[in-house]
Amino acid sequence: MLRRYFAVVAAVVMIGLLTACSGPSGPGANQAAQTTPTGPVSTTLPTGPVTLDMYIETGFPLPQKLADEFKRQHPNVTFNIRQDQFQVITENGPREMAGPNPPDLIRLPQVVGPAKQGLLLNLDPYYKAYGWDQWSQSLLNQMRVGSDGIRGHGPLYGLGIGYDITGVFYNKKLAAQIGMQSPPATIGEFEALLAKAKAAGLPPIMQFNDIGGLNFPFQALANQFTDPTGLANWIYNKPGATLNTPGTVKAAEYIARWGKDGYFPKDVNSLDYTTMMGRFEKGEGLFMFNGDWESANLDKAMPGNVGFFLFPSEKAGSPFVAMSAPATYVIPAKAKHAAAMIYFLNWIHTNQTARQIIVESNGASPGGPPSLPLPPVQAGTVLSQTLAATNQLAKSGVAIDFLANATPGIYANAFRPELQLLVTGKETPEGFVQNIQKSYKQELQQ
Amino acid sequence: MIGSEPSLNLTARTSVQSSRRRRAAARGRWAGWLYVLPALIMYALFVIWPLLTSVEYSLYDWNGITAGRWVGLSNYWSVLTDSELLLPIVNAFELVFFFTVIPVSLGLVAAALIRGFSQGRFGAVARTILFLPQVAPLVAAGIAWKWAYSETGVVNQLLSAIGLGGLTRPWLADFGTALPAVGFIGSWVLLGFCTVLLLTGMSKIDPSLYEAARMDGAGPIQEFRAITVPGLIGEIGVCITVSMIAALSSFDIIYISTYGGPGRATMVPGVLIYRLAFDERKVGLASAMAVVLMILVVGCVLIVQRVMKGED
Repeated sequence: MLRRYFAVVAAVVMIGLLTACSGPSGPGANQAAQTTPTGPVSTTLPTGPVTLDMYIETGFPLPQKLADEFKRQHPNVTFNIRQDQFQVITENGPREMAGPNPPDLIRLPQVVGPAKQGLLLNLDPYYKAYGWDQWSQSLLNQMRVGSDGIRGHGPLYGLGIGYDITGVFYNKKLAAQIGMQSPPATIGEFEALLAKAKAAGLPPIMQFNDIGGLNFPFQALANQFTDPTGLANWIYNKPGATLNTPGTVKAAEYIARWGKDGYFPKDVNSLDYTTMMGRFEKGEGLFMFNGDWESANLDKAMPGNVGFFLFPSEKAGSPFVAMSAPATYVIPAKAKHAAAMIYFLNWIHTNQTARQIIVESNGASPGGPPSLPLPPVQAGTVLSQTLAATNQLAKSGVAIDFLANATPGIYANAFRPELQLLVTGKETPEGFVQNIQKSYKQELQQ
Repeated sequence: MIGSEPSLNLTARTSVQSSRRRRAAARGRWAGWLYVLPALIMYALFVIWPLLTSVEYSLYDWNGITAGRWVGLSNYWSVLTDSELLLPIVNAFELVFFFTVIPVSLGLVAAALIRGFSQGRFGAVARTILFLPQVAPLVAAGIAWKWAYSETGVVNQLLSAIGLGGLTRPWLADFGTALPAVGFIGSWVLLGFCTVLLLTGMSKIDPSLYEAARMDGAGPIQEFRAITVPGLIGEIGVCITVSMIAALSSFDIIYISTYGGPGRATMVPGVLIYRLAFDERKVGLASAMAVVLMILVVGCVLIVQRVMKGED
């Protein structure tokens, strides 16, 4: 009996091995090579009926709102919109784009892998035709990928729908309770406020970490303690870049200490994003590290009671360094209506109503030509504060992409488990950065 | 000669008959194959073929999109030597306790109790309640359990209510309790299945055996040990096999409730394979891990089968 079963299993494995050996080429050999754009490109919208397929993120209805407005202005265009959780899109996106019927637009945070695999449309011809060279190049460069797989140079592969900024939201009522008159000017002041809140019995920081949300405060600290160029090089996969620096170890020490001192919720490692938002809105938590995409929501949920500041540096008056990135959207190389889709993308950067929708719905800067005025927002709202912070950062600060965007697997495989270990004292700050660096190198080697 | 004729004839007739019978039997055999053909095609298409391609992929370094690179057995070498890939297998074996030992032993007790009450309404109600987790989608159950285990969830509320407030903790976020906590979800799911299967088995046991035992002065516990358990060996074998496969290849409960966290405390092969293939796009390594998992599961099931056969 046993022997027969083993024989069957062995036979199956053998047949598999034989299939593998007999094939002239391995899996994926039929994938078409990258299409290089040739000739002039169209910058007009087709006049006949067009249906554009979009694959976007659940819970972020901005592209839907923009599509509705676009359809109002151009009735011949209809949109077919599919939504999935962020993680599902990152998992499915590349396969969708490699398939025979890719969508015309996908929300995709990581452009390097798909760009190297020839799945993304090179937008450079449109860049010239539409005159995007007038836009902020530091924002667009984040979506350029060279043939060496390094970001920041090479062809343009994506555009942002809203350019987001991150910082710290705070509950004004709780802040008043502990005597916080104005946002902290240094990290030292920020830490003193945490201690005060804890002493007053208020939860100091509301933060999710079921899937690595402590990366927000970790990077906010790392941005201040290290050379931002070094971090950017690491995110862009430049050879020799390392996260293992004294500055990042110091940032990790802060997270470990804050965990030990009880500045994060007790169940931080099982707290998910939605629950974090719910608890902060209910008044639980003095601070929350998050991004401007929540500004409009927070204005609705706790009107007049929420403020925002960019995370301060060690010395007062130093320029701000903040995590800031476009919500990246790409066009598959095989998209059927690429030109029309790009017309839409250009429209959302330049059309006044579209820009207004981006600001009101997402709290994000709409990007586009700097000569265009920013849409007006109501004074006193947290939305006006995040927009002001964006301007401040653009004028005199440094914007840096999310560390989690460095490679497709780094967030799930390294940041998520390592941050959970770090905050509970089961991993040393040194071990934390070493393990992330190890995982990073392993992933880039393949 | 004359006497031999009938016998010759007889032989001839027999051989005609037997060849006819053989043909009929052959036809029957082919007809049998014909009956299973639809199922066989489905099985080949959705089980055998993916299995073969998994074995093929496991020999390549492949990201799922561009052409793969032949790497021979090096993916298997990684699976068997990298502690990060081996740890989930250890976790899966720890889950066997919660997925197999608890449901089968509790299931036996529950079935015996319900059988005692089978005439009343209590039996039907208990059966339904115990079987309910089998009917509920595991994803929904996982989410509900995640809430129940949270810092302010039902579990901690109950503990506080009975004066055990000192024990409360975020169960899924605590490194020490996360694996037992998800394991307990598995016990909850499989208990109903085991109970119902064992109850059905009990109804097959000859009631006269119980009467005889009672006449000999056996109590309920002796009855349970001497009649019920030996009479249910077959069913117990099925329960152990099914629940063991569920433990070793567990995916949905873990994926929903912890995704392998905190840290890597609840990482199991099923979730790791998914993560390797779809997060990290190491399809080859994920396939190698899947093949190793399959061999492991088949091996364990064979051992269980062997042991239970011996007991029979």
